[in-house]
Amino acid sequence: MRTIALRVARYRPEDETEPTMQEYEVPLREDWAVLDGLNHIKDHLDGTLSYRWSCRMGICGSCGMTVNGEPKLTCGTFLTDYAPGPVTVEPLRNFPVVRDLVVDISDFMGKLPTVSPWIVDSEDAAPAEGEHLQTPEELDEYQQYSMCINCMLCYSACPVYGLDQDFLGPAAIALAQRYNLDSRDHGAHQRVDVLSAADGVWSCTFVGECTTACPKGVDPAGAIQRYKLTAATESVKSLLMPWGRRSDLPRPSGADQDNNAWSREVR
Amino acid sequence: MRTTAPDVSASGPLSYDVVIVGGGAAGLRAAIAVAETAPALSVAIVSKVYPMRSHTVSAEGGAAAVIKDVDSLDEHFRDTVSGGDWLCDQDAVEFFVEEAPKELLRLEHWGCPWSREPDGHVAVRPFGGMKQQRTWFAADKTGFHLLHALFQTSLKHQQIVRHDEWFATKLLVDDGRVGGVAGIELATGRIETIAAKAVILCTGGCGRVYPFTTNANIKTGDGMALAYRAGGPLKDMEFVQYHPTGLPFTGILITEAARAEGGWLLNRDGYRYLQDYDLGKPEPHPVFKSMELGPRDRLSQAFVKEMEKGRTIPTSYGPIVHLDLRHLGEQTIDTKLPFVRELCRDYERIDPVRELIPVRPVVHYMMGGVHTDIDGAAGVAGLYAAGETACVSINGANRLGSNSLPECLVFGARAGEAAASHAASAPGPAASLAAQAADERRRLEELLRRDGGRERVSTLRQEMQAAMEAGAGIYRSRDDLVKSVDRVHELQDRFRSVRLTDHSLTFNTELIAALELEFMLEVAGSILHSALMREESRGAHQRVDFPRRDDEQFLAHSLICRNDDGSWRIEYPPVTITRWPPGERVYGR
Repeated sequence: MRTIALRVARYRPEDETEPTMQEYEVPLREDWAVLDGLNHIKDHLDGTLSYRWSCRMGICGSCGMTVNGEPKLTCGTFLTDYAPGPVTVEPLRNFPVVRDLVVDISDFMGKLPTVSPWIVDSEDAAPAEGEHLQTPEELDEYQQYSMCINCMLCYSACPVYGLDQDFLGPAAIALAQRYNLDSRDHGAHQRVDVLSAADGVWSCTFVGECTTACPKGVDPAGAIQRYKLTAATESVKSLLMPWGRRSDLPRPSGADQDNNAWSREVR
Repeated sequence: MRTTAPDVSASGPLSYDVVIVGGGAAGLRAAIAVAETAPALSVAIVSKVYPMRSHTVSAEGGAAAVIKDVDSLDEHFRDTVSGGDWLCDQDAVEFFVEEAPKELLRLEHWGCPWSREPDGHVAVRPFGGMKQQRTWFAADKTGFHLLHALFQTSLKHQQIVRHDEWFATKLLVDDGRVGGVAGIELATGRIETIAAKAVILCTGGCGRVYPFTTNANIKTGDGMALAYRAGGPLKDMEFVQYHPTGLPFTGILITEAARAEGGWLLNRDGYRYLQDYDLGKPEPHPVFKSMELGPRDRLSQAFVKEMEKGRTIPTSYGPIVHLDLRHLGEQTIDTKLPFVRELCRDYERIDPVRELIPVRPVVHYMMGGVHTDIDGAAGVAGLYAAGETACVSINGANRLGSNSLPECLVFGARAGEAAASHAASAPGPAASLAAQAADERRRLEELLRRDGGRERVSTLRQEMQAAMEAGAGIYRSRDDLVKSVDRVHELQDRFRSVRLTDHSLTFNTELIAALELEFMLEVAGSILHSALMREESRGAHQRVDFPRRDDEQFLAHSLICRNDDGSWRIEYPPVTITRWPPGERVYGR
């Protein structure tokens, strides 16, 4: 049987201060993903290797790792594409390593709620009965940004996040935009402070690595640029019309409507 | 690369009014229900993965609920009851079909990106065994969108505390009353008691007891085993759903929506073979409850018959048939089934726009689970269960596609409310729980440190999976079941000398795999025993030695209880029939 070498990063914090590389030979099968190789190691060669995985169909977002230097979902990355090898598997970059291939994503988990990633209703917006109407075109406005699986590949690819952990980061910003652009939402004003802060969209230098890394076709870089434009326009508008901008300022009636409109006006 | 030392500092005793084990659709819905209905109570989700990794994420096709004028609750009720071969409790189904539309609308208000009609109303699609179009969908990533909408909405409620990546190892029960769970934090290996006045089990199914399954790696029947070991009965465990269309090597699900949109199942001769199995006549366009839109049990059984006739196609991963979507065209596939195309391209390296998809039946769903009443109460005071972990039962002997997501919502909400109401008046945890927790800690520490054992986790797991496929597959017989029962008993004995090579406290996935295996062996035993004792064929439980449904003896639930010594007993309480006595299941005519 043909085999391929997997060079796998090991880090056991109880025994080591630095990560090391360990090499394993695994079968090279036509339909085996890198994850199948890791599972072969775990089941047959070395039970001490730690990594996360679950759905094995590219939707749960657990199995992101660095494969030959690039952030990848290992369940959808095939060994044959790296033949004759070796294939180097390391933890996702830009995150603290807990153990072996397992990284600590608590920073992202803590940032998520700060962008209010939920539908913010205005008092009279939610229908008492039945659904909000939302046309397919309105759905299209935000649908792409709703595809994020939180796999963290974009944070791993992002050079800004690598230098500055306070940067809100691609997935969190894309998620904020997912709600800002949803015709049912009235919460853009709640998200403006965190998005427009120094660690928000303005930290991004538009390298675009996040969009390249995304395995789900989300375009976080586009979301960030689009929001910069919105925020800049809004900032100018607020100088001219200071009552129209912030929820904590008194607003004329019907402001929810306006507010929702401003989040979507720059296209 | 940056590294971090695990934080091993204990943060004091953990204690909540309500603890939910599992953070998928049922668990998150239950947590939100507690937060909304009982804001004074504390509630925590204990999940072995981050909630958005939960297996709900993999559900594709949709969620059934009556919303269109041409449809009716009565028709949803009848489709569900006949689909379940009359093993459903009809009072539970009545409640379910009434609540399902409210829950899906709630998810609409919470931001779920349901697919829409041109006029902006929610769109529905046909689904197997359903007489009307009533399946709401978010393209073919319905579970993913539903899970993320629930998770993100849960973040709004600061009352909901999460213990992410904690594995619950034992339910603490004193004097017939639940007092919490013992759990391990994966990152640190710290073992803690999490005290609770009520515990809701929402851990999903147990497909991983089989070798070939659509289920994620995490689907190891944890909640079922936790309840079973704590004295809670399991119900109807013999009913295991094989989904007719899984990709051959990975077991990745190709959603029933592919057939609902007009896909055909073809044998080696390109023939729509379902017409030979009393499922109707082939029409160019999909017909409700006919042919490819028949129920999953009947379609998977037809595959086996077709295989026995030599009309399937052999591959290195076993026999397959073909799912043909080519005639749907690229546009329909891209708008209605984009994930199917993505999965076929990424994992099978074929394009369904131009090529046939190889498929075979694959273990998908457990109709059985923790025995609960309509409130999710599980027979031990303070214990509740909801979602696939539970068996209410609305699914009977065969679940209809697109009923499971609304089930998670309807009964997750109901269990959350019931648990909150119980916790509001329940006394605090009994003092004796500390001793139980100490015993559990010793057991886990011994397992972690053990050096002597001989048996590998992966070897035992593979042998268990083979035994389950051999004994409790699509067709079963007494002889095969007896052999598999013996095999699983032997594996349980061998598990006592399981050997861990990893003794680390930090993210020790070998330890978790061993504990999951122990749970799975327990659940596997309950499936086999229940299947052996049910001497009839009904829905997904087909006995070649008892090929007929026997309402005289078995219009009843199998309730299996574990005795303290590990032996078991089964009781047969009757099915609740409110308004539709058992009849013939009719498809395609």
